Amino acid sequence: MTNVLINAPKTAKKGEVIELKALIMHTMETGFRPGTNGRIIPRNIIERFTASWNGSEIFRMDFSPAIAANPFVSFFAVASESGKITFRWTGDEGFAAEESVAIDVA
Amino acid sequence: MKASPPKSPSPLTLPDLLGRRAVLALLPVVFAASFALAQAGADKRRSGYQDMGAALQKMQDDDTANPGMLFVQLGRQLWAKPVGAANKSCADCHALADMKGVAVRYPAMPKDGDKPIDLEGRIRLCRTAHQQAEPLAPESQDLLALMAVVANQSRGMSIAPSNDPRLVPFREQGAAIYQRRQGQLNLSCAICHDDNAGKKLAGVTIPEAHPTGYPLYRLEWQALGSLKRRLRNCLVGIRAEAYPYDSVDYVALEIYLMDRAKGMVFESPGVRP
Repeated sequence: MTNVLINAPKTAKKGEVIELKALIMHTMETGFRPGTNGRIIPRNIIERFTASWNGSEIFRMDFSPAIAANPFVSFFAVASESGKITFRWTGDEGFAAEESVAIDVA
Repeated sequence: MKASPPKSPSPLTLPDLLGRRAVLALLPVVFAASFALAQAGADKRRSGYQDMGAALQKMQDDDTANPGMLFVQLGRQLWAKPVGAANKSCADCHALADMKGVAVRYPAMPKDGDKPIDLEGRIRLCRTAHQQAEPLAPESQDLLALMAVVANQSRGMSIAPSNDPRLVPFREQGAAIYQRRQGQLNLSCAICHDDNAGKKLAGVTIPEAHPTGYPLYRLEWQALGSLKRRLRNCLVGIRAEAYPYDSVDYVALEIYLMDRAKGMVFESPGVRP
């Protein structure tokens, strides 16, 4: 079950610098911890996060096992045109999540 | 502006008298309430929220940055999902909005039971009795999510413990546990959280132990956790043996702690370091 919280402005002025924040529920299991049976719990992390604005990529980030559970990403972008901002997370065990928000640029 | 003519005193009637008596009887209540309000200004109790840094306070206050809200969101989905042999969801019996005020008065006595239950116990009862489903494991993600969505309905309200007389012996039991020295370090809850609250323990401010934000997201846990988890942490910290998960001692302590925090603002899901 994908569980995501996005904080992005609904409207912006053309050329304005806006902050985009994305929070996702994920265990980010490091692959270094032994479980209760003494065996290593296999790594299960998000490997890559991307954001695209009307289909063209504006932000990309590679995650490492050192990043805590339920990662929160905040970054800035210049508001260029009205449309859709899409956030996408992919990772171990075929993990894939996607969430989009609409923005009106005037 | 014209002055109104003085009213002639009218003879007292029985309903009048009754009314006055009611007003007189209410006076101490009104006085007590205003006294309590005046005292509220001078309330020296501090929630853990006030002792953490500005960045964490901001994180808790922003619903899209507070990781606890992920669990609230998950809980909302689970609330509407039918489970068990009865194939009923929580939403089939309760409107989520009706859960407002539940978390600030729990733990409570179940209708026909002799032991008090906390939110977790209430959810377990509903699952086994009404939904005919397997109870959720303690501290499991789904259980915490359901607790979080119920608790979140009461956010911003004042903690108002139930005045059920059947809870009194358990509150006393909780108070006794709070004062009792335990574990290899031979410490009671009161030694840290009453006598030394506000001072430092290994660089960390000792909180006053008011359960204002549970279930809450502790960054150290990287997860949401219940008050029970916090209490077990404390017990391990003083090198005592944690009580079994189903022990009534936790609920007794919770009743006492909620009474101790009466009137404080409920913040669930809180964020703590």
